[in-house]
Amino acid sequence: MGKVIMTADDSASIRQMVSFTLKQSGYEVLQAVDGRDALQQLGSRKVDMLITDLNMPNLDGIGLIKGARALPACKFIPIIMLTTESQDTKKQEGKAAGATGWIVKPFKPEQLLAVVKKVLG
Amino acid sequence: MMDNQYADTFKEEAYELLTELENSLLELEDRPDDPELISRVFRAMHTIKGSGAMFGFDDIAAFTHQVETAFDQVRTGKLTVSRKMINLTLAARDQIKAMLDGAGKEGAVDAALTAQLIAGFKELLNEEQAAAPPAETAMPQPSPSGPPPVEDPVTFRIRFRPARNIFANGTNPVALLNELRQLGDCRIVAQMCDVPLLVELDPESCYIFWDVILTTTSGLDAIKDVFIFVEDDCEISIDTIDGGGNVDDEAYKKLGEILVERGDMAVEDIEAVLANQKRLGEMLVEKGMAAPSQIHSALLEQQQVKEVRQERRQKEERARAQEAGASIRVPAEKLDVLVNLVGELVTIQARMTQTAVGREDAELINIAEEVERLTAEMRDNVLNIRMLPIGTTFNKFKRLVRDLSGELGKEIEMATDGAETELDKTVIERLNDPMVHLIRNCIDHGIEKPEVREAAGKPRQGTVRLAAVHSGDRVLLTIEDDGAGLDREAILAKAVEKGMVAPSAELPDQEIYNLIFAPGFSTASKVTSVSGRGVGMDVVKRAIDALRGSIAINCRPGLGTVISIRIPLTMAIIESLLVQIGADRFLIPLSLVDECIELTRADVAASHGRNMATVRGHLVPYIPLRQKFSITGTVPDIEQVVITEVNGTRVGFVVDRVIGEHQTVIKSLGRAFKNVEGMSGATILGDGSVALILDIPQLVRSVEEGDYLALSNEQSTLKKMI
Repeated sequence: MGKVIMTADDSASIRQMVSFTLKQSGYEVLQAVDGRDALQQLGSRKVDMLITDLNMPNLDGIGLIKGARALPACKFIPIIMLTTESQDTKKQEGKAAGATGWIVKPFKPEQLLAVVKKVLG
Repeated sequence: MMDNQYADTFKEEAYELLTELENSLLELEDRPDDPELISRVFRAMHTIKGSGAMFGFDDIAAFTHQVETAFDQVRTGKLTVSRKMINLTLAARDQIKAMLDGAGKEGAVDAALTAQLIAGFKELLNEEQAAAPPAETAMPQPSPSGPPPVEDPVTFRIRFRPARNIFANGTNPVALLNELRQLGDCRIVAQMCDVPLLVELDPESCYIFWDVILTTTSGLDAIKDVFIFVEDDCEISIDTIDGGGNVDDEAYKKLGEILVERGDMAVEDIEAVLANQKRLGEMLVEKGMAAPSQIHSALLEQQQVKEVRQERRQKEERARAQEAGASIRVPAEKLDVLVNLVGELVTIQARMTQTAVGREDAELINIAEEVERLTAEMRDNVLNIRMLPIGTTFNKFKRLVRDLSGELGKEIEMATDGAETELDKTVIERLNDPMVHLIRNCIDHGIEKPEVREAAGKPRQGTVRLAAVHSGDRVLLTIEDDGAGLDREAILAKAVEKGMVAPSAELPDQEIYNLIFAPGFSTASKVTSVSGRGVGMDVVKRAIDALRGSIAINCRPGLGTVISIRIPLTMAIIESLLVQIGADRFLIPLSLVDECIELTRADVAASHGRNMATVRGHLVPYIPLRQKFSITGTVPDIEQVVITEVNGTRVGFVVDRVIGEHQTVIKSLGRAFKNVEGMSGATILGDGSVALILDIPQLVRSVEEGDYLALSNEQSTLKKMI
């Protein structure tokens, strides 16, 4: 069975693109429309990796990362954040919250796969 | 532009966001301080910008960025919402919609208005804030392909000391190390010196750090890319320790120098320790100054750089040799002479070694060992010169297949594999005839006529596949066709008819197929011009045996036949086992030898003259060579059985004594002894005496035939009695 990756993003087109790209490479993908949705799903389902946007309604990316890290099942999984800005502060904030790495938007499907491969090993 | 499958989704999403944006802006006009409203506007802009850039709407992304920047300022309290700003943003929202509507259409958008709006936002920002927001700086992105590889490999020393809490960020250091491994030749040493005692150990912390020596052509940036997510909180040092430049000297830094350079040791410590005269590494470990793994890691670095430099030097030498003229043509006879001379040299060298050892002269032994090493190297090189790719012969067969298939009205294509496999020139020459015969058989008997093939649901065109591949000191040649395969029943019937097999005998398929190699066997019911002219497969087998090779046939009925031939790489010099019977010495090709066992008088007595030995529960027939060659003299109490494997059957050969392995230069026996059976050649031993090389397959055959004669005699006697 392929590894399960969750994509949390309020933009449907990004979710669709991430999900399509990953599925094509044999991963199983869960979609969440914002941080709150993601955290709810994470509570009941084990995932191998999380890809999250930073700006989301209800619960933003940083909040989601912190919340996920507090769950025992998600304590050590790779978490990648999608940032639109190359802002260093956001990046640092994300890392401090427990993010593994980041991808700067816009990105190409190959870049996404390279990062997934990198952190999932 | 990104695949358009996402573009439609994006547009749909963007229209929705724009509607929401409009509502939010109108509400914001009434409640300009509501943070939730400001956030909503910001997020809408943010998503349009981010997704737009992803899916190729670069103009929208660039434009929206300006609006987003303004609202970011509002969000962080640096700017307040004004009527002017709302107006401007609403205009911008309409402009974004226009851009979406006109996406992909030339001139659909008023570029002047876009510029005007951007200027408006810039003005707004400058009004409130003297300093413009810091310009965006490009961030390094982990690129999937990496920078274009540089020509020469460079060796790096990398020390990767992860932050203690690296696991908390979901980073797996091993994945990073594996990524490094993919970049090139990589040696990794884990340093455990910081791992605390079990009671103090926090299992969620990383105490290990790694030393990596990596030789890669991908360059420094590729290495940095590996560590891109961890570079801020892990200690990563990357040093170039061997550049791509020309280095004449293969020697690399001494162990102590490496340790000092890495900061693992101080110069004074090393100097103090160097006063002793032991290996530096051992001493440092003994004194507890360095961990064994640190020394190990430094030594690995030394070794890898040494290897890299050596390889580079060899490459340069080859390149230089190529410049001087790629190759020269030499008559084959000259090479034959050279091989003969090397053969003589090997023989004389063996004598020299033996003499030196006999005299117990240390100095002479030293020289003899040196000569031995040199001759071995020379032998390998000279034999290598005669190696030719087998592809030259393959090409000849292409023509054969084409002509023959036309003649027989069949459609056959030839495929080859491993044409670059190298074999001794003489071997290739002597393989020619057997191969021609086998290919003819494939075409004539194997592959069916196009109509028959179609009826059987196969493609009209048949295929004959020739393949060559190295396996150890031998080459495996396969001739494969996708024809009808062998007719098991026809072969069996023929064998019974010719009296080769008892009618009641039950043979495994493999053995039945191999019957076609028996002398005078041909199953073709119709004689064609191609085969069935009395030259059977037994001739092929003899030719392969003469090359010290073996042949086997296998088939899947209806699907095809595979003939595999194993032949030694060279004919001139072989590895063999030297054995003794009485005062005579013989050689058995080592490639055929399986094992040696002892044979006591009791064993012989227990077998009741059946010449069978029990080896680990299996019966192995043996041939007493002393009887076979009529050698007189006393038989030792314990004899030796050399068990060989010929065509899948294990057969033992009883000798007095096994002396050991021997490099055998093959000398032909000369015309006078052409018909001597059981010998394939001779060689001159170290002491100058001659030893005969046993032709094992031939010996086995002669005994089998003898047995069969004896058996049929017995049967006829029995019949007479009845």
